[in-house]
Amino acid sequence: MTGKRSTFLLSALVFGFAFLYLPILLVIIYSFNEGKLVTVWTGFSFKWYVSLFSNDGMIDAAWNSLRIGVMSATLALAVGTPAGLVMSRFGRFKSRTLFSGMVAAPLVMPEVITGLSLLLLFVTLEQLIGWPAGRGVTTIVIAHTTFCAAYVAVVVQSRLAGMDTSVEEAAMDLGAKPAKIFFVITLPMILPALLAGWLLSFTLSLDDLVIASFVAGPGSTTLPMKVFSSVRLGVSPEINALATLIILAVSVMIVISSLLILRSERARSRSMDQATPEN
Amino acid sequence: MSQGALQKAHEDVHKTQPWNNPEAVPFIRFENVTKKFGDFYAVDDVSLDIYRHELFALLGGSGCGKTTLLRMLAGFEEPTAGKIFIDGVDMAGVPAYERPTNMMFQSYALFPHMTVEQNVAFGLHQDGLPKSEIRTLVSDMLALVQMTKFAKRKPHQLSGGQRQRVALARSLVKKPKVLLLDEPLGALDKKLREQTQFELVNIQEKVGTTFVMVTHDQEEAMTMASRIAVMNEGVIRQLGTPFELYEYPNSRFTANFLGQVNLIEGTLVDDDEKYAVIHSDDAGGEIYIDHAVQGHEGATLWIALRPERLRLLTEKPTDTKYNCLSGKVEEIGYLGGLSTYHVRLDSGFRIKVTEPNSSRHIEPRYTWEDRVWVTWEAGAASVLNQ
Repeated sequence: MTGKRSTFLLSALVFGFAFLYLPILLVIIYSFNEGKLVTVWTGFSFKWYVSLFSNDGMIDAAWNSLRIGVMSATLALAVGTPAGLVMSRFGRFKSRTLFSGMVAAPLVMPEVITGLSLLLLFVTLEQLIGWPAGRGVTTIVIAHTTFCAAYVAVVVQSRLAGMDTSVEEAAMDLGAKPAKIFFVITLPMILPALLAGWLLSFTLSLDDLVIASFVAGPGSTTLPMKVFSSVRLGVSPEINALATLIILAVSVMIVISSLLILRSERARSRSMDQATPEN
Repeated sequence: MSQGALQKAHEDVHKTQPWNNPEAVPFIRFENVTKKFGDFYAVDDVSLDIYRHELFALLGGSGCGKTTLLRMLAGFEEPTAGKIFIDGVDMAGVPAYERPTNMMFQSYALFPHMTVEQNVAFGLHQDGLPKSEIRTLVSDMLALVQMTKFAKRKPHQLSGGQRQRVALARSLVKKPKVLLLDEPLGALDKKLREQTQFELVNIQEKVGTTFVMVTHDQEEAMTMASRIAVMNEGVIRQLGTPFELYEYPNSRFTANFLGQVNLIEGTLVDDDEKYAVIHSDDAGGEIYIDHAVQGHEGATLWIALRPERLRLLTEKPTDTKYNCLSGKVEEIGYLGGLSTYHVRLDSGFRIKVTEPNSSRHIEPRYTWEDRVWVTWEAGAASVLNQ
């Protein structure tokens, strides 16, 4: 490597990463600060972590967020997987492009609009059929499922697109019926993609503030909502501790899902290798 | 039927030649089968009979319809028109999972998340056989393809040749009435392919199943098949044993497709009951054929001459005025076992001649720019009118 190139690239790299991660690093460092002031370092301590875990409001919100995350990720998987399957395996059908476009649309829809339209839907439904009664955890789960399902569908579709269809044909040829082929052959092959989709959905649900704010009701405050409202009253070092924990959880989850996606990519290129003649 | 009887039956296919016996009952029958994809005719009104114990090859370039024909037999595609019978049963509406066929895929299509053993056992589990029987059948089959010691491996831990054996075992273990092979050796390198060709034929003789295979490789088809259907643009151009196709092609297409050939255009000038004479401007001479040719005088015909049936002489033969074309050696290709000579005839036409190098210490008889005469026996040429 030449000196000139490395100097320029190195400084660009350092600046870029500093820009992205310095604020986060500061939050992590100050979460161990002893003093009450967020910006003045007085000494190392775990006291804000201790006080965080005795803050019932925070714990309740975290518990809500976890429950919502697990439920909406699971539902998203149940809704998104068939959608991904249809997009890659149904063959050509009329308005197929429109269908794929509509499946992927929630990915780019402004959250404010998604939140608002879902709120209107829930209010109308309550007036018409009385369900969902009021807004709360249920409505947040439904709302999160809608946009997470889009992510799952895209992940599943891209995995299936690279999969050799003759594997499924082989199973059929050997006497397995379509439903059985899906559960015994297709599902195990796309399992890493499903896990990655679930983790991604869980993380997205955990992160969401805007949509949840629209469709939440009393007693269903999520962690981001709680954090946002307490920050408005002044930043407490407790928030730093909480942020550090969230960063930790999210990073772990992102790393695992990336590894899973990477693994399924590898499996995909391997099955592509098998499909390509060597000569 | 016992193992011995099966083997006997297979060997008999070459001797009894059921396709020449009008009373023999075909095992697989295509009746005016057409398959359209949109406006495109992938298979166009094909009728074909295949007999029990045959190793039948569908041969053609890509997009000729051979794979579509095979997939219709397997049940992955339904014919747009026409009927398919296997062992007398109409296959219309019978789904792939209920057909008495099994297929070996070009990509092998092994289940990546299952071991070799589980892959082979998969089809038997679908039939609900008892576990102990499955175990015996699987281990017998793995022994047949010599994969016993790899039973616990996953497909990605195997080489291409090993995967091919697993795919074969998996498709044979259910004892299908018909085994379908889609480019069975396409993914192997040349050396392995030649070796596997014979192994596959031996296995077919052992199990006695009727094989229908698809290939684009004429050498593979010639080596393995009892009969070959040469396909192009959705139709069968010629059907016959490898010998018939090579020695008696019915068109320029098959002559060109199987092996190498010099095609010379000419006009029929003399047609008798016992011989024919064709004048060719291409060749710059008269060509004598030792049998009658169907056609009126003045008709345009093509003469197919295989390069290995031609001989080169350094001096003009004096005994005949026919089948003797003079020219200059333009290019020489030394291939070890044989040499290829490209001779530019005086007419300007380039003709290809191969000669075996049957001895080691011999000076090449011809070199570049040598004047030579190309001759052949009157029976060596095929006359084609299409």
